[in-house]
Amino acid sequence: MKKPVYIQSVGSVSAQKTFDSSSFLEDIITYNDTTVRVIDPNYKEYIPPAAARRMAKGIKMSTVSAKNALTEADLEEREVDAIIVGTGLGCIGDSEKFVKDIIDNDEQFLTPTRFIQSSHNTVAGQIALGMGCKGHNFTYVHSSISLESSLLDAKLQLEEDEAQTILVGAVDELVDHHVNTHHLIGHIKKEPTETFNVLKSQTKGAIFSEGAHFFVLSNKKKAGSYAELLGIKTFNTLQIEEVENEILQFLNENILDPEEIDLLLLGNNGDVEFDTYYQTLNEGTFVSHSKAYFKHLSGEYDTANGFGFWLANKILKEGVVPSAVLRDNHEITSPKTILIYNQYRGENHSLLLLRKC
Amino acid sequence: MGRGVAITGMGIISAIGNNVQENLRSLTSNKIGISKITQIKTIHEDEIMVGEIEDTNPVLEKKLGIEANQWSRTVLIGSIAAKEALESAEITDINEVSTGFISGTTVGGMDKSEQYFYDYEKNPGIRQHITGLHAGDSTNKIAKYLGLEKGFVTTISTACSSAANAIMLGARMIKSGQLDRVIVGGTDSLSKFTINGFKTLMILSDTYSTPFDDNRKGLNLGEAAAYLVLESDAMVQKKQKKVLGYVKGYGNANDAYHQTASSENGDGAVLAMQKALKVAGLLPESIDYLNAHGTATPNNDLSEGRALLRIFKDGVPEFSSTKSFTGHTLAAAGGVEAVYSVLALQNNLIFPNLNFQTPMKEFDLTPITETKEKPLQTVLSNSFGFGGNCSTLIFSKEA
Repeated sequence: MKKPVYIQSVGSVSAQKTFDSSSFLEDIITYNDTTVRVIDPNYKEYIPPAAARRMAKGIKMSTVSAKNALTEADLEEREVDAIIVGTGLGCIGDSEKFVKDIIDNDEQFLTPTRFIQSSHNTVAGQIALGMGCKGHNFTYVHSSISLESSLLDAKLQLEEDEAQTILVGAVDELVDHHVNTHHLIGHIKKEPTETFNVLKSQTKGAIFSEGAHFFVLSNKKKAGSYAELLGIKTFNTLQIEEVENEILQFLNENILDPEEIDLLLLGNNGDVEFDTYYQTLNEGTFVSHSKAYFKHLSGEYDTANGFGFWLANKILKEGVVPSAVLRDNHEITSPKTILIYNQYRGENHSLLLLRKC
Repeated sequence: MGRGVAITGMGIISAIGNNVQENLRSLTSNKIGISKITQIKTIHEDEIMVGEIEDTNPVLEKKLGIEANQWSRTVLIGSIAAKEALESAEITDINEVSTGFISGTTVGGMDKSEQYFYDYEKNPGIRQHITGLHAGDSTNKIAKYLGLEKGFVTTISTACSSAANAIMLGARMIKSGQLDRVIVGGTDSLSKFTINGFKTLMILSDTYSTPFDDNRKGLNLGEAAAYLVLESDAMVQKKQKKVLGYVKGYGNANDAYHQTASSENGDGAVLAMQKALKVAGLLPESIDYLNAHGTATPNNDLSEGRALLRIFKDGVPEFSSTKSFTGHTLAAAGGVEAVYSVLALQNNLIFPNLNFQTPMKEFDLTPITETKEKPLQTVLSNSFGFGGNCSTLIFSKEA
């Protein structure tokens, strides 16, 4: 008998004030740019300044998110059986600096810190080191399904009762060289775009950003649990015309009818070329389903769906859908079941299914 | 009740051969793949020895039938090995059943990123490599080359245990019934990035690496790609598949000791081996051959040796590190050594730990130094990485 999987707690550092769990997207920070950075929490409250000095930003953001998630779950560190982190590019800032140093200094005068922090698994490793967690420690680095792969791994272990409590996280940094090169190939919008205009921009490219989202997953339901994670599925490729059918099949595999989905949370990022995947859901079976969006608030990055997953969990626990994530004015009250569909530039599609518990 | 995880195909490209047969021939004829570096220009060329794949990128591109300079070398060698794995499993229609592809890599497209770092602005002709930096992009390209559509495709990067962890995830997904079959392993090409990174850590040997030798001076970096095809019992029965061996046990643990170094007593390694033995339902004494991580760094071999003694006490199985042939191929190492473990089972052979002369003074452990025939039922393979990552796989002849 497979055990159910619950999300016990959340931690978020993003372009919105999400690290403070006392409010829920009430005070939206708006931007008018082509890239947006996270709102930095007060890192000193979480990390000793001496340690923070050489720490990559990705590690700092992750430390805050992970600590907030662990605190909210009211866990002793030793109760965590496994740590699984997803990241598109890891601590790419350190990788870039190391490459730059190699070239600029003709392979001389290099120091190991930047190389060590360039290892994609440096975040999962550092967290394990900090907590003394000797359990399963995996890092998934598959672009926009890095987090989803991590959730799938965690779900597999929790269902089989191989672990009871797992810390799952996702992190990506925004750094200069990456931004400059992605401007060159048009993956970032040319025009600065105001937050609430991003999704209707009708222009190519996305607003690039960064963030860190951590979650405690467990196979035991507790009073404070956010939601039950019913299903996960990812696809390396999908044609636009296959999206609806694959969603229907996924719901079928999870023994759900389309009518039982109260809210579709979609990964639109305002890229006129690729939002077409989501637009197929504005006709057919899902035409009249309520839909919500989040990437105008979070920006786009490999693990931006961490913000989506955070949002879905908050919605289910608080029973409120913030107006900032709705495009039309109709209100949705207390949704019970949410489906998240995300993809990036037509690749690495993911479906996540969550139910109120 | 867990199901069996059958290995039905494998493919490899390394410094000692472009396919499984060539690798086997090198392993049994002591043909070492370590040499001076020729394909990357580095100021360290006289201070290091590496395990380079002989074929240059243009040769690999021609073999794969793709346009010049579109892919990272990591993708090129990955495609060669994954294709061989599929062919050896006699899979002609990859999308026929639920098939996954799980690949480990650390460098991804770093070879191209470091080459063109300052050139993207003025040279539009190389901008295909910008998105190639993503580790996931290299995996997706290989999946596309194999023709895999709408599949479960992901990438694991846990430094030098990446491919071992890819095999582990694949085995777990087969066992749980999430996939009918899966291609698992890893690929990493040499790059200035890793050469200089390991150089700063001062763990590169200036001569042939000597795993488990008291006078070991460090590791030789290598490059390789290696994949296994894993299938469920049901698939094996349905298709009457020839089974090369089974993934019998697996375990991952974290040393939680230091970002790059292993703990003195190999706590993480002990936990990983214990978990793998438990999953396999085997006692330590039933391991017939142990393919060690054995990088030949002072730290690893001491820590791993102590871990072996903690698990096996006075009955440490016959063991060797084949990194003396291939160099340390980083993310691919667990895949390379999985292929060698299956070859060991198939041929009842233990491959030698080359260059060994003097036992370490800390303990009495001597690896196998010449090819040895021995009936083998089970082989244990270790892969450890930065971030305290420790993985163990157990392969067996019978399910």
